[in-house]
Amino acid sequence: MEALIPFIPYLMIPIMVIVYLSTVPIMIQVERKVSAWLQYRMGPNRVGPLGLLQPIADALKMLSKEDVIPNHVNKWLYIAAPALMVFPAFFVAGVIPLGVLTIAGQDVMLQIGHTNIGILYVLAISSIAVYSIAFGAWASNNKYSLLGGMRSAAQMMSYELPMGLSILGMIMLTGSLRLEEIVNFQMNSVWGIVWQPLGFLIFFTTAYAETNRLPFDLTEAEAELVAGYHTEYSSLKFGMYYLGEYCNMLTASFMVTILFLGGWHVPFLGSLNVDPFVKQLIQVGAMAFKVAFLMFTYVWVRWTLPRFRYDQLMNLGWKKLIPLALANVVITAVVMAF
Amino acid sequence: MSITVKNVSLPRGKSWIDNTYVIPVFKGLMLTFRHLFKRKDVLRYPEEKKVLPPNYRGLHMLTRDDQGREKCVACEMCSTACPADCIRIVAGDGGWEDSREKHPVEFEIDELRCIFCGMCVEACPEDAIDMTDMHNLADYTREDFIYNKERLLGVYDEYIKRHPDHAKRRDGVFKKMMNSSYFTVSDVEKAKHGTGH
Repeated sequence: MEALIPFIPYLMIPIMVIVYLSTVPIMIQVERKVSAWLQYRMGPNRVGPLGLLQPIADALKMLSKEDVIPNHVNKWLYIAAPALMVFPAFFVAGVIPLGVLTIAGQDVMLQIGHTNIGILYVLAISSIAVYSIAFGAWASNNKYSLLGGMRSAAQMMSYELPMGLSILGMIMLTGSLRLEEIVNFQMNSVWGIVWQPLGFLIFFTTAYAETNRLPFDLTEAEAELVAGYHTEYSSLKFGMYYLGEYCNMLTASFMVTILFLGGWHVPFLGSLNVDPFVKQLIQVGAMAFKVAFLMFTYVWVRWTLPRFRYDQLMNLGWKKLIPLALANVVITAVVMAF
Repeated sequence: MSITVKNVSLPRGKSWIDNTYVIPVFKGLMLTFRHLFKRKDVLRYPEEKKVLPPNYRGLHMLTRDDQGREKCVACEMCSTACPADCIRIVAGDGGWEDSREKHPVEFEIDELRCIFCGMCVEACPEDAIDMTDMHNLADYTREDFIYNKERLLGVYDEYIKRHPDHAKRRDGVFKKMMNSSYFTVSDVEKAKHGTGH
């Protein structure tokens, strides 16, 4: 067993890819079903038992559609843009820890890369996604695409600031950028949401803006912009954007869980009298549960809150969230100093 | 006309906590969450079908008399009444062996032109044309929607198998409509004096 330990990061690579890739079809199904239930509908129930094979049908449809490249597009950028969406979405998975296992008396982190810049890496890589949207919008040579891309670039850049500031409080408390250290800190005290309620709210809000989900989906805004930046995309190129969006949602859910919801920490698990290995598996399950709940929240919020107007979005970002996040940092610093 | 500016103040919450929208958003989320488990007001269509009333205006049929012949006497009242002009009738002599003086040799209804207003049924003096509850018509060509006499009689045979008491049911509904207090005396009085709706 001990010989296995150095290979855990390599084993984690296929596991993370599977986690990310399998989340997408599940989320497609959840999104459609929950949307339907909230509107007193049944949702897809034709394909397979209870319509459970619907995501496969959707994916096959996406694969078999004609891949149209319009004549008026900037071809190289047009092809590169969707790939640029998926690449950072999968790349951030490299530092996300899923839990900890004790193998042969040694604690092994279920994580691909043990970087000491963990959270900075996630923020840096995930913000590449804005290039994909801006490139795709520009390359499409379509006014609606361009409007969507322009909005998206402005939105994602302005919300990155409060996002970065909101986690600063948590980093100051923990004294580390490592995601596993942040979770360990919460396991030894209380969850981050208790330490940093304001930071949690700001991070949670900005996570929706960064993933372009409602109520911040101004990039797509189907009522006014046809489909925003992916208007001209079809077939698997459109599928790539779709995939990237869901992967980004998953990453954001992981980050909220790790930073503010205690990661794989389960309250009162320590007092339970079971095998430590089973406990650790329960913890991994708890992590999955928290992330799944946050993913459900994305759909839930989508059918609760209406879309922001562009000026409201900018007001909220620059005039409310950034000062609040700064105040949060200052308050945390003052409290920690005394 | 000068431009008037009207300042509309946004509705504000009761306290500053409401104005942060954190608790209102949470309340909204709880509201939508309750709706998640409510009864789904849908009919799972191919499996469940709505029971349609006997006076539903669906696909036409030509009814048969007690000898199994079409009741139609080719008077062309229905095609005259038809606002969509979708009924074509070619009348013919009954001949010596047939007791009828006149009957349709050809009777065609173009169901794509038809607006399903039911005026043909109302016009018919013989109750020879009637409407069924069949509404899910689907075919491959436009020509397939032109129903000839044999097909319309076939519709009757199929329909009467499912609703043997069709005539009685339909008459019952009409009687109910006649006797209902849909038009009240006061309505009539109001209409007389021109003070109605």
